[in-house]
Amino acid sequence: MTEAAVWEALAEIPDPEIPVISLVDLGVVRDVAVDGERVRVEFTPTFLGCPALDVMRDAMAEKVRELGGEPDVLVVSDDSWSSDKITPEGREKLRAAGLAPPTPREASAPTLLQLQSSAFRCPYCGSTDTKLENIFGPTPCRSVRYCASCRQPFEQFKTI
Amino acid sequence: MSERAQRLLELADDELILGWRDSEWTGIAPTLEEDVAFSSIAQNEIGHARALYELAAQDLGTTADALAFDRRPDEYRSAPLVTLRRLDWAHTIARHWLYETADELRLAELKASEDAEVAGLAAKMDREEAYHRMHAQMWADRLRNDERFESAVEELWPYAVAVLPESLRPALSERVGRPLPSNSLLLTLGRGGEKDELRELHAEMTMVRRSIPGATW
Repeated sequence: MTEAAVWEALAEIPDPEIPVISLVDLGVVRDVAVDGERVRVEFTPTFLGCPALDVMRDAMAEKVRELGGEPDVLVVSDDSWSSDKITPEGREKLRAAGLAPPTPREASAPTLLQLQSSAFRCPYCGSTDTKLENIFGPTPCRSVRYCASCRQPFEQFKTI
Repeated sequence: MSERAQRLLELADDELILGWRDSEWTGIAPTLEEDVAFSSIAQNEIGHARALYELAAQDLGTTADALAFDRRPDEYRSAPLVTLRRLDWAHTIARHWLYETADELRLAELKASEDAEVAGLAAKMDREEAYHRMHAQMWADRLRNDERFESAVEELWPYAVAVLPESLRPALSERVGRPLPSNSLLLTLGRGGEKDELRELHAEMTMVRRSIPGATW
């Protein structure tokens, strides 16, 4: 079993709450190490309160077992994940599913002023004539915006 | 108990209890947007508590769930600010704004800690807290000069100061623009100790866990 094969298998696992994107696209898999049959996977949660954490961990362990490996999935709660870790493919998949991908993170945390600015593009029509409806949304990682151009509310992946 | 474990438990207890208090708005907040916001904030805070308990549990040879739910009410180290049950919007926003302002100072200190695990977790929490702060500030700006809000801030200000260790209190006083309360008042607002409101919350919070001891869910 090679590390590449494990990465490939993990790339087939959809995110439990945003199934259009895989865990690898989401950038939460930090490291894969193969030592004989033992496969160690390090992953970082997106948000600490994400209820899908256990589901993700179990799905990765199951995938490793399917490959014939003995999984050791380690959750690392450090600061290594940011929304910038979502791959370009992942961002495009989010957009195509109507979930606006996160804007790049700047050196410091985003501000309310930035959220209220017109830097956010509607995933449906591409207009930036959008406004913030709610900082919070249906899951911790999303905000809710409204597009004045196509008159459609949409979800915006938070920049963190 | 090591000083590190003690500090982690204080922080975790604050976030857990506040998360529960925030969740009391689920379904009954003044608007649908706030229903969603407070539910999401509650979820984040409880997630932070879980990660902090997990770190403390490694040091204490126990589990995060045992720390969160198996202690007696008088063993919790939460600050009285988060224990208070004040189910009206003015107090809720006053507490939210004061707590987030204090918490930002506390997290900044932890992010600079030499303890890599603590610093890493604090930095991760802070990414999420940035959104809580925006939300709190948005409401504080909206309600400023509102009589009910101002009196709620006045009432809760000493509680907010008591959340922080002494070294961080002057910075909070400067940010909020209020003088530090007297030490004799702050002494009555220390962490831990059994409070009626915490006992009530504790009974509710641990109900499922106590219903079938040792079960895995």
